[in-house]
Amino acid sequence: MLSIRNLHAAVDGKEILKGIDLEIKPGEVHAIMGPNGSGKSTLSAVLAGNEAYEVTEGDILLDGENLLEKETEERARDGIFLAFQYPVEIPGVSNLQFLRTAVNAMRVHRGLDELSAVDFMKLAKETTKQVDLDPAFLKRGVNEGFSGGEKKRNEILQALLLEPRLAILDETDSGLDIDALKVVADGVNALRSPERAILMVTHYQRLLNHIVPDFVHVLAGGRIVKSGGRELALELEERGYGWLGIKDSDEVEAG
Amino acid sequence: MANTDKQVNELIKREYEHGFVTEIEAETFEPGLNEDIIGRLSAIKKEPQFMLDWRLKAYRRWLEMDEPNWAHVGYPKIDYNAISYYSAPKRKEDMPQSLDDVDPELLKTYEKLGIPLHEREKLAGVAVDAVFDSVSVATTFKEPLAKAGVIFCSISEAIQDYPELVQKYLGSVVPAGDNFFAGLNSAVFSDGTFVYVPKGVRCPMELSTYFRINAANTGQFERTLIIADEGSYVSYLEGCTAPMRDENQLHAAVVELVALDDAQIKYSTVQNWYPGDENGKGGIFNFVTKRGACIGKNSKISWTQVETGSAVTWKYPSCVLRGENSVGEFYSVALTNNYQQADTGTKMIHLGKNTSSTIISKGISAGRSSNAYRGLVKFGPGAEGARNFTQCDSLLIGDQCAAHTFPYIESKNKGAIVEHEATTSKVSDEQMFLCRQRGIDPEQAVSMIVNGFCKEVFKELPMEFAVEAGKLLEVSLEGSVG
Repeated sequence: MLSIRNLHAAVDGKEILKGIDLEIKPGEVHAIMGPNGSGKSTLSAVLAGNEAYEVTEGDILLDGENLLEKETEERARDGIFLAFQYPVEIPGVSNLQFLRTAVNAMRVHRGLDELSAVDFMKLAKETTKQVDLDPAFLKRGVNEGFSGGEKKRNEILQALLLEPRLAILDETDSGLDIDALKVVADGVNALRSPERAILMVTHYQRLLNHIVPDFVHVLAGGRIVKSGGRELALELEERGYGWLGIKDSDEVEAG
Repeated sequence: MANTDKQVNELIKREYEHGFVTEIEAETFEPGLNEDIIGRLSAIKKEPQFMLDWRLKAYRRWLEMDEPNWAHVGYPKIDYNAISYYSAPKRKEDMPQSLDDVDPELLKTYEKLGIPLHEREKLAGVAVDAVFDSVSVATTFKEPLAKAGVIFCSISEAIQDYPELVQKYLGSVVPAGDNFFAGLNSAVFSDGTFVYVPKGVRCPMELSTYFRINAANTGQFERTLIIADEGSYVSYLEGCTAPMRDENQLHAAVVELVALDDAQIKYSTVQNWYPGDENGKGGIFNFVTKRGACIGKNSKISWTQVETGSAVTWKYPSCVLRGENSVGEFYSVALTNNYQQADTGTKMIHLGKNTSSTIISKGISAGRSSNAYRGLVKFGPGAEGARNFTQCDSLLIGDQCAAHTFPYIESKNKGAIVEHEATTSKVSDEQMFLCRQRGIDPEQAVSMIVNGFCKEVFKELPMEFAVEAGKLLEVSLEGSVG
């Protein structure tokens, strides 16, 4: 489904990604791990089409189509979803209005009728329960005054509503207590399906206790330095990144 | 930053959709301003002597006044002798007796503007007075309004039919000597709307006036006078457009509102005068004096404005809170784009006991425009227990525009309470990226973000117009994203 080939990307002229190769098939869950500054978030941003990043070399293909030629919103409509690490606030725009606009943009792209306000309300209310959010959140401004955990749950809510083909979760576990982590993980597990792939970007392995990946890749210095299965994450937890000869400027307990 | 700016710049480049000219036979005065012109204007309108005297007095006063230069705007000097002070469509008869007598070209013009004048195609429950250049061409729903005792007609008709009311209230809120543009308007105003709501009557429908400048080299100097007698209520809306012309055109209106005991006036404006092209050529100079007097106790005047047009705007809808417990409100969205300049805000003059006022101002600047909020909150010695709350928010789109805030507070009463909040924000790359990542078009994203910013003001607009205002912002912003 997704092929990343020799991907190089830079921000403000500084090269961050230095040749990434990655194949993701439908139904698979991949985890990208690595120390801070290794390029994890850059990879997420480049996949989603954030124009602050410049792709200097390489290709990204989604179902054989060149993703790099597409605008951010076109990629989104093709099924690329990014759950943000730091979701931004949009004051005065209700979450409901925002979500409905997004869902209808997707539906129009897929040749479906737009959902009426009433139908969407029903769908949104049901989905909020899945991520343990009070439906009252739908009436509040987008991320306005949300706690860290609420923001993350709101991101998963969006993923559930938008039904992406590839969901990229950028440090979705950061800043969550264990209960919130469980709710978010349940939401992500609900996303798993044979047609859908998930790419998790995380510093720590604790998220992987709740969402078990099929593949784990270690990113360091802008390259994937090691790939393996679930056991690779456990080994990282035990031995740290140093074992792979990687310096972690922000070495903390893994787990 | 570059991404949002590029998008913003493209969204801004949208053409003004009301820029057409109506080919119509018109009777137009030659340019120039003198006592003879004023005499002819008064004669053509068959005005009583008191009106001509009032105009001439205002004119002589105006000659001694200086054009104000304190506003944060710049524009070429206006030659007041190069403007024609009267232009009216030629009609078969002196005055149209019904819509059937109105020139079909004119009716078409209003249809094009989305303002159908035929009552059967009415805007649901909204009575319209249509002013074309210097004259009122049609007023709808006169009869049902008359049944309720509400007078809704052009000011020219009111001068003839209700001279006592006009003589009593005209200039009572904005005297001819108030300021340069009000003085000019008092001398040469050609038409406008008159509303009188009698005691205890709740006006059965929204009233609205639609102003259209069509002829070249003319000014529009309309005069609106609304009187809400004791215990009455009226909601009024004005809308404005003009053709696209390379020359600037002057619009110097005066609006006076009078609220007696327990009366309420809600005045909403959706102003969409031609703003000039993307290089700043042409457009309307909108120099307007709007003021309401809450002379009765427990009276309330509420101004809501959505300003998206004009090359230069100079406008401060104000409230003089004289009656005890009277309330003044000002809700404003002012959007400037390209080379537009706006200096707008309000004055809340607290004179009576326990008077209160609220100011919510939302300024949006895009392109190379400049947007200033200027507000005065004043408490007189008698304003015991008075209070004001002011909130001024600015939103910047792109990085070549400017926002300014000039709040003034004067208090002669120690018991008065003022609260003031101000913020400046920007449509950020992160907000745009979030919206686009969710599949939303950049244009729709900007419009959604801007609408969210204006929400507090839009909810004050009458329902039909809140939707219109949202759409108008969308149109005015189009081209600012791509």
